Amino acid sequence: MSDSEICSLTGLEISQGLNSGKFSSEEVTLAFISRIKAVDDKVHAFLSYDEEDMVNQAKGSDQRRASGQLLGSLDGVPVCLKDVISAKGQPLTAASKILENYRSPYDATVTVKLKEAGAVVGGRLNLDEFAMGSSTENSAYGPTRNPWDLERVPGGSSGGSSAAIAARETPLTLGSDTGGSIRQPASLCGVVGMKPTYGRVSRYGLAAFASSLDQIGPFSQTVEDTALLLETISGHDPLDSTSYPAPVPKFSDSLKTNIEPCRLGLPKEFFGSGMDPEVRKAIEDVIQWYESQGYEMLEISLPTTELSIPVYYVIATAEASSNLARYDGIRYTLRSEHSQNAIDVYAKSRGEGFGEEVKRRCILGAYGLSSGYYDAYYLRAQKTRTLIRNDFDKAFEQVDAILTPTSPTPAFKFGEKSEDPISMYLSDIYTISTNLAGLPGISVPCGFSENGLPIGMQLIGQAFEEEKLLGIANAYDRELQFGRKQPNL
Amino acid sequence: MEYEAVIGLEVHVQLDTKSKMFTRVSTGFGKPPNTLTNPVVLGLPGALPVMNQEAIEKSIKVGLLLNCNIAEICKWDRKNYFYPDMPKNYQISQFDQPICEGGEVEIEMPGKSPSEIGEHRMVKLTRIHLEEDVGKLTHYESDSLVDYNRAGCPLLEIVSEPDLFSPEEVFAYLNSLRNSLVSAEISDCDMEKGQLRCDANISIRPVGSTELGTKVELKNLNTISGVKNGVEYEIRRQTKALNEGVTIIQETRRWNPEQKYTTPMRTKEMAHDYRYFPDPDLMPVKIDPDWVERVREELPEKPFDKQRRYMEEMNLPYSSTSALCVDRPLCEFFEQTAALAKDPQKAANWVVNDLLRELGQAENEENDRATLSNCPLSPEMLAELINLIEDGKVSNNVAIELFPEMFTSGKSAKKLVEEKGLEMKSDGGEIEALCSQAIADDPDAAEKFRGGKEGAINALKGSVMKATRGQANPKVVDEVLRRLLSQ
Amino acid sequence: MSEESSMDIDYVANLARIELTSQEKEKFQGQLGDVLKYFEKLQEVDVEGVEPTAHAFPRFNVWDKDLAIDGFSAEEALLNAPKSRNQQIVVPKVVEE
Ligand SMILES: [Mg+2]
Ligand SMILES: [Zn+2]
Repeated sequence: MSDSEICSLTGLEISQGLNSGKFSSEEVTLAFISRIKAVDDKVHAFLSYDEEDMVNQAKGSDQRRASGQLLGSLDGVPVCLKDVISAKGQPLTAASKILENYRSPYDATVTVKLKEAGAVVGGRLNLDEFAMGSSTENSAYGPTRNPWDLERVPGGSSGGSSAAIAARETPLTLGSDTGGSIRQPASLCGVVGMKPTYGRVSRYGLAAFASSLDQIGPFSQTVEDTALLLETISGHDPLDSTSYPAPVPKFSDSLKTNIEPCRLGLPKEFFGSGMDPEVRKAIEDVIQWYESQGYEMLEISLPTTELSIPVYYVIATAEASSNLARYDGIRYTLRSEHSQNAIDVYAKSRGEGFGEEVKRRCILGAYGLSSGYYDAYYLRAQKTRTLIRNDFDKAFEQVDAILTPTSPTPAFKFGEKSEDPISMYLSDIYTISTNLAGLPGISVPCGFSENGLPIGMQLIGQAFEEEKLLGIANAYDRELQFGRKQPNL
Repeated sequence: MEYEAVIGLEVHVQLDTKSKMFTRVSTGFGKPPNTLTNPVVLGLPGALPVMNQEAIEKSIKVGLLLNCNIAEICKWDRKNYFYPDMPKNYQISQFDQPICEGGEVEIEMPGKSPSEIGEHRMVKLTRIHLEEDVGKLTHYESDSLVDYNRAGCPLLEIVSEPDLFSPEEVFAYLNSLRNSLVSAEISDCDMEKGQLRCDANISIRPVGSTELGTKVELKNLNTISGVKNGVEYEIRRQTKALNEGVTIIQETRRWNPEQKYTTPMRTKEMAHDYRYFPDPDLMPVKIDPDWVERVREELPEKPFDKQRRYMEEMNLPYSSTSALCVDRPLCEFFEQTAALAKDPQKAANWVVNDLLRELGQAENEENDRATLSNCPLSPEMLAELINLIEDGKVSNNVAIELFPEMFTSGKSAKKLVEEKGLEMKSDGGEIEALCSQAIADDPDAAEKFRGGKEGAINALKGSVMKATRGQANPKVVDEVLRRLLSQ
Repeated sequence: MSEESSMDIDYVANLARIELTSQEKEKFQGQLGDVLKYFEKLQEVDVEGVEPTAHAFPRFNVWDKDLAIDGFSAEEALLNAPKSRNQQIVVPKVVEE
């Protein structure tokens, strides 16, 4: 099988190919490494990858296979990580200058789970610095480009994780989603991306942006792959006090039986102005398809939608201002050469080490918590967050899942929004409330615009009902398979 | 004008747990620098905190010892400020929902003499909250070094009301607090090891006035004497200022133990803006009443209650009880001895005088704390010794000679008495022979006695005792002599 | 609210311990002003008697038993230290705070 054929395969197909002896894990891994070497100059999805380490892991998998001691269904399949997820001995830059030379002395819980499943845990994927952004333009190491149009952004913050799948540089990746950072780039790159229920996947080892909103989740070409990767990384973790002790179904098995057509909600607030007509058209086709399958559509209302962005930015920046205080030039981050005293070390190391958006958000967050403003900003935002959750609770009394576009527009051009924070913040309007409510959401490719840019739909499910959500998403994805389409690079 | 001081204390106490407050790496003292660390202690990217249940239980215990209200629900907040000893640049603490509120500390002021009980009083507490400790900074000429071994250890902050009115009361407060916490095995409270640290809020006001003056927070009071001297100095400074018409500004000052004065650190204007907010990484704590009751049942007797019991029920003298009640193991040793000995007061005397003396000497020799746990003398052995005296089997002097050997060798009194043949002689025949001999040797003493000079008999007794190397039973000797002399 | 729409950027930047260039200050002053204006719609929400959401799925007493485990070696602890001596992190001289 040729390298390019191998690289176009899904994680599941690679696993099957390994089982049937079509190829070895080493061949697969080398195929993807040569693909990275061929296309990543253009795409720049990777910040780094440890070729030797990946090949050694692959050889290890092949030996296990030879001796009939396979670890799990991902044994021998490459998985790459957003550069905010710790892997022992590997860099973790969070796309920030301040962590340029940092090497992690420990594995994140998801990294442990992947290694225990036999996966070849490889390269480090680009992002907006500390996951703050929606375009991956905020990377200190240069932006990632959208494989469908190199003049456009891949979305963000997990732009490297989505672009790497679209460019077929790896079959599976992990990203993190705080306000849409998995779903929006998945949508803009034409791949599947899922944010699990808050607490479903351990955050231990994920460099925190906003602790009460962050979740790690999978990217892939298909919903089937996403189910496979999700079941591997899910589960309660005693090292994360916010991880939830809920049983983890074998999602990939559940998908083998079709789910009964059910009722989908269409929030009227989402379908108002600001939605690109081509996106609207694509979603209308999706609605028709589901109806043709016997699904029932119901208009619902999420009145607090317009509040979700201010609530999100008050809470996320406040938590971030505190979470990022540890990057101070003292213990493990770059220390400014120009610092005379301890105060200098902080202000200068952070001033020189952080990019613009990170500085902006840390300052905004510190302001929202500062004396005299806490009640008006942080506390008020937390109370409004309760109202947002209540809206979803009401909605889910009527419907099984909520169907929306993932992003109001397809991929936009570099620089188009980077100078106007608010317009950038608005590109997360459809995804943000899901994080505030802690609910699972998945973005599934659902077509292309006139000029060939991918469009994605979002399905939002009830807490810890990923099984049902994946079933609904897979019913569509299995038929239409937009994620299998490849950009020509 | 006459001024009085009003003082409130913030005492930080390290809880004695095996692992740290929010991660399971072990606590400890004197380990190689930065080896009691892990991703959580160092605040590495991605590290997350997990509560230590034992630290919370110990905090409830302290709350009950000090008659606080134990919160039904308490939560964790982040206190944000930058300092090199604090890995995350925020401290996980408790802001508006502390684990304990209210409470009181019983203090005793010095009595007129060491043998007289002093005045007792309850000092009010504001709150007690649980938090994580910071690392240790060592300052050098041109830079400072940080060791994070101490960072993340469970730390209890006990905040008093402005309810102390003199350096002596501050001293009494700290001693009482330390005795309660040590005896309840909450902490060793060793100030030299930083296990107990103290900040003082000090203001002064005209005697008789009821509202508080401008308060100054005093830091770096690292030893008990440091606290006393620092507070004394600060009261003098403020009094002098007011008398000279200088207004006192609200500020934080630092006690310099070497030069023995306080210097300004921070004015109110420069005060930190800590940006407290609930820590999203941690879930709140719910303390149900049965848990509190379970802890209450295991609560040890408070030192002052024990002291009252010894005085009232066992009518021990105050001086012995005050020596006993600062040391819980010593009290247990005493109570076990007293239970077996025929005379509890004598038991107290032996423990307070002889046992403490021997422990003290052993301590100097090995120059590390000789504890009851590793000393070979048992309460049973001491009780046996006391009872031998009561039964007239050994003389008091002999017992005092034997004690040190019992303490070091662990040999029982009976055994030593036999080995050395120190049993008291009460055998009539032998003593009668010695008495006749004594009378024969000293006829004029005998004459004087017969002539009515009562005291003369003592010379005769003396020679009998000498002949028996002090082992003749004095009662028997007295009877026999009188009988022989009356013939 | 409106006077909140402009923040004391020097005060907050110092709180956050971030040194800003004069250009950054100017730029942020404007941008953050707009953002705060945008946030003002929060002030109209009626949150009377509404409980704040601190956690999406709150639970109580998520803790461990007090069992000690081994930590880093000094080498691991100082792996990424910009400057160290005697197995400790070196920082510019600190004045007691
Ligand atoms: Mg304090
Ligand atoms: Zn404190």
